[in-house]
Amino acid sequence: MARKISMKQAINEALDQEMARDPSVICMGEDIVGGAGGDGERDAWGGVLGVTKGLYAKHGDRLLDTPLSESAYIGAAIGAAACGMRPVAELMFIDFMGVCFDQIYNQAAKFKYMFGGKAQTPVVIRAMVGAGFRAAAQHSQMLTPLFTHIPGLKVVCPSTPYDTKGLLIQSIRDNDPVIFCEHKSLYALEGDVPEQSYTIPFGEANVVREGKSVTIVTYAMMVHRSLEAAAALAKEGVDCEVIDLRTLSPLDIDTVLDSVGKTGRLVCVDEANPRCSIAADVAAQVAQEAFGALKGPIAMVTAPHAPVPFSPVLEDAYIPSSAQIAAAVKRTLAGARH
Amino acid sequence: MAGNPFPLDKAHLLQAYRTMRTIREFEERLHVDFGRGDIPGFVHLYAGEEAAGTGIMMHLGDGDRIASTHRGHGHCIAKGVDVVSMMKEIYGKKGGACEGKGGSMHIADLSKGMMGANGILGAGAPLACGAALAAKYRKKREVAISFVGDGASNQGTFLESLNLAAVWNLPVIFVVENNGYAESTSRDYGVAVDSYVDRAAGFGLPGVTVDGTDFFAVYEAAGEIIKRAREGGGPSLLECKMVRFYGHFEGDAQTYRGAGEIDDIRANRDCIKKFSAAVTAAGVVAATELKAIDHEVLGMIENAVIQAKAAPLPTVADLTTDVYVKY
Repeated sequence: MARKISMKQAINEALDQEMARDPSVICMGEDIVGGAGGDGERDAWGGVLGVTKGLYAKHGDRLLDTPLSESAYIGAAIGAAACGMRPVAELMFIDFMGVCFDQIYNQAAKFKYMFGGKAQTPVVIRAMVGAGFRAAAQHSQMLTPLFTHIPGLKVVCPSTPYDTKGLLIQSIRDNDPVIFCEHKSLYALEGDVPEQSYTIPFGEANVVREGKSVTIVTYAMMVHRSLEAAAALAKEGVDCEVIDLRTLSPLDIDTVLDSVGKTGRLVCVDEANPRCSIAADVAAQVAQEAFGALKGPIAMVTAPHAPVPFSPVLEDAYIPSSAQIAAAVKRTLAGARH
Repeated sequence: MAGNPFPLDKAHLLQAYRTMRTIREFEERLHVDFGRGDIPGFVHLYAGEEAAGTGIMMHLGDGDRIASTHRGHGHCIAKGVDVVSMMKEIYGKKGGACEGKGGSMHIADLSKGMMGANGILGAGAPLACGAALAAKYRKKREVAISFVGDGASNQGTFLESLNLAAVWNLPVIFVVENNGYAESTSRDYGVAVDSYVDRAAGFGLPGVTVDGTDFFAVYEAAGEIIKRAREGGGPSLLECKMVRFYGHFEGDAQTYRGAGEIDDIRANRDCIKKFSAAVTAAGVVAATELKAIDHEVLGMIENAVIQAKAAPLPTVADLTTDVYVKY
């Protein structure tokens, strides 16, 4: 039975169902229960934004509050994964990955390869990504490209509650390290989610809107901005196809190539900074693989090459808007190939 | 026959000697072969430090995990990793412990509880905490050991791990292998406190310092703290003061050493010489028995090198395999 729940509830439900199903699944992170060692309420927070609230009552000591030591506990999650557990570690904000990045990219990502295929590291690192919370430069970044660059890591960044639940369950069952990116501005977004457990395979993009004129490739919050742009453009007779990548590593480039083969036009939309972004990667792959199908220049819509600003007027200008996406669509439609 | 004053019976004394001698000959052989140009990359040798790894690992089974350092050959051998697979790995060959993809700095064998040598200093400490956490959930009284050098004992990962282990009461032992040098820099320059016991105390952990060139001192101290960890008594720190016979890596001219330093440590602080003298003087083991082991070990190392040289190289088809379990 599907009912409408928020993305935040979808995460909670996925964790709850996987912990009930598999005793090797444990969760750890800063304040994921909250109130540890104090005189007040246990499960006081359930995570900084309440995502894991209520899980402690059901699963007890399989949820571990950690000291503020990202290197130690992210590394411990990775070490436990190499020893047969399936830890889900919450990094809180992805911006904090700089503190513990060695454990992620030099340890977890490399064990399988570096040890000749004889190790596996089924760890999930959950972290909030993205802007929109007036949280400024160190709590708002879209750092998905940094992880996508590293062989050995898988990178997931869903846009809906339905995808969030299915992809998180898949992430926990997957035997490789997964960076599970949750857009904080989508936490309250509600959508239909089945109560029963289900998985969504990695590397399968979702065509969220079919169209003939132009292909928009994006993920996370920008899916919604792109759909807004597509709705506005439809009134002008421009028929956009919108592709939600859902997983950035592995990347379903085939679905993108098929779409560009049909439309001949490509707009890549990414909340990340432009250089070496997911948008730049998709653009480069399409230029290499489907140059002949392109009827106009590829357009990119990204955040600027600047940190995320605090002042609301600046942050609003920083995040790519549906108007910017619509303008990019028009640019690529206007540009002809000679 | 004199009584045995040692904490181990004769068979285990011979086993300890065999392990230390195997490490020594393995490293001495690499020193020669690397100098000849037979081995690619970097090698960091454990010669001189054998008593520490051996004295600790004799308390461990395959279910106990260790996270090693860049100087990991001795830990591997003492933990039971196959010497031929190690030699093949160091030669970059297929059939090596890591199929030639890891090399000297990344030898691992999870089936033996060896979670890997590590090219990132201090990175093993959080991983060992994770292994200890897994052991705690499994409730099988397993422990984990994190090795660091005196240099990496200054890494944030190590210091954070001391706190995490204490907070979670993990069955983990932090072993500081203090050989006096962080690469070329003296331990006394790089570490502000004189005693690692003090540093452990600062994190709420019991600590003990032993002469790491004295096998029996290491064995007894490690036995006590490993037993405590198995029984739920939590983490500890063990500092082994030891000596490094060779440089930081092979090819290091070691001009930072004092005059006569290497001759002195080889003459007076050789853990294997000290062990041999003790067990023969007590009349528990005959010198001829040790000589027989020496002979046997030399043959085993020679055989490992022959097999490593004869082993096939990886092929280009191996380049992109095992990046993921499934992608």
